[in-house]
Amino acid sequence: MTVTPSRGGLIVLASFILALVLTTLPLPDWIRPFRPSWHSLVLIYWCMATPQKVGVGIGWSVGLLVDVMTNTLLGQHAMELAITAFITVKLHQRIRLFPLWQQGIVVFLILILEETLSIIVMGAIHRPTPALSYWASPLVGMLLWPWVYIILRDLRRQFKVN
Amino acid sequence: MAVAVLVSLLMMVVDQRAEHLKHVRSALSVIVAPLQQIAGLPASSNEWLSESFRSRQRLQEENQALRELNLKLKGQQQKLEALEAENMRLRDLLDSSLKIGDQILIAELLAIDLDPYKQQVIINRGSNSSVFEGQAVLDADAVLGQVIHVNPFSAIVLMITDPSHALPVEVNRNGLRTIAMGTGRINELKLPHLPNNADIQEGDLLVTSGLGGHFPPGYPVAKVTQVTNSPGQPFARILAKPSANLERAHEVLLVRALSPSTPETPAPAAEGNTP
Repeated sequence: MTVTPSRGGLIVLASFILALVLTTLPLPDWIRPFRPSWHSLVLIYWCMATPQKVGVGIGWSVGLLVDVMTNTLLGQHAMELAITAFITVKLHQRIRLFPLWQQGIVVFLILILEETLSIIVMGAIHRPTPALSYWASPLVGMLLWPWVYIILRDLRRQFKVN
Repeated sequence: MAVAVLVSLLMMVVDQRAEHLKHVRSALSVIVAPLQQIAGLPASSNEWLSESFRSRQRLQEENQALRELNLKLKGQQQKLEALEAENMRLRDLLDSSLKIGDQILIAELLAIDLDPYKQQVIINRGSNSSVFEGQAVLDADAVLGQVIHVNPFSAIVLMITDPSHALPVEVNRNGLRTIAMGTGRINELKLPHLPNNADIQEGDLLVTSGLGGHFPPGYPVAKVTQVTNSPGQPFARILAKPSANLERAHEVLLVRALSPSTPETPAPAAEGNTP
């Protein structure tokens, strides 16, 4: 299947839309802290696979949408995802060569960084510090990374997104 | 990269301190509205299915129960109307300005998870239904929260149990006024400003006092569950349980007080200091 660049863009867009829906999908209360940050995982993948296309700008815009959807401070997720995109694009050649579990660890560190930034922002606006389960989400993200990676990689190969 | 971070930081500061970004948020909310609809689909389709495939017998039973409840409520309503008329007459005699009577709009909660570390929900009415910022939100039993942000087709409601929410209340039994603050736990409010010798007991009903100007007076809020007096402390430790079904509410009522004293702009009082 030959795909024009715009079709490739559609695949990227569709994956981000799916990630945003998963981010706000209602879940039972006890499981909510374990919800991985889907938008970050998808962003990390596309920054790693197509760094010339997806970068800080797209990361920032997706973050802004996340801020509006979850009603956090406008700019909080935008900043986090811009930093995530920056780090991933900088390191993409190195991360690509890692085996999946090592990639998982890098993803874990990036997600931890995001959560830390979030907690700093929450502290700055005098929100109470969340419970310890707050840190479960990066862990779940790390465990899910191989699946996210394989699914998005197959999608990318199928539709030849470059 | 540096630009993005700087812009984000700037936006956060502006969003926290000023009102300029409200319009940006509302505009972007129109873009994400379809996504929120999709995210709400599983819950709403589940509800639709369970409504469609309910057995005839259960529907009849429900119908019967509702009819009985309706009759009962109508009976109470008759009495209420007489009382309301009498109250108005007496207030007219006293030249008091307070008027009873509120306009009510029904809204549905959207099944969307927002930031899990804030106690807020999103409803399906927005500025198109003339919802306004600071409007009081009730469920069938009691006060639920207030509108903190209005989008064109949706609005965000901060619940009374959010730690940044404070609500002027009074004890229904004796009219003792105080402020109920959220604790961040869904089933708990605290009353931090009452001295040890205040006349308040477990089981007391707290109702809105209407002093902040946002909430119409006289709606139930919570029941006092625990009063702890420790002589070493200047204030008693008082906890209350919200009467509203905060975690199970499905439909909510948006109230607009018809009394002339209702300010349309957010009052700078202790109530509703949204972050």
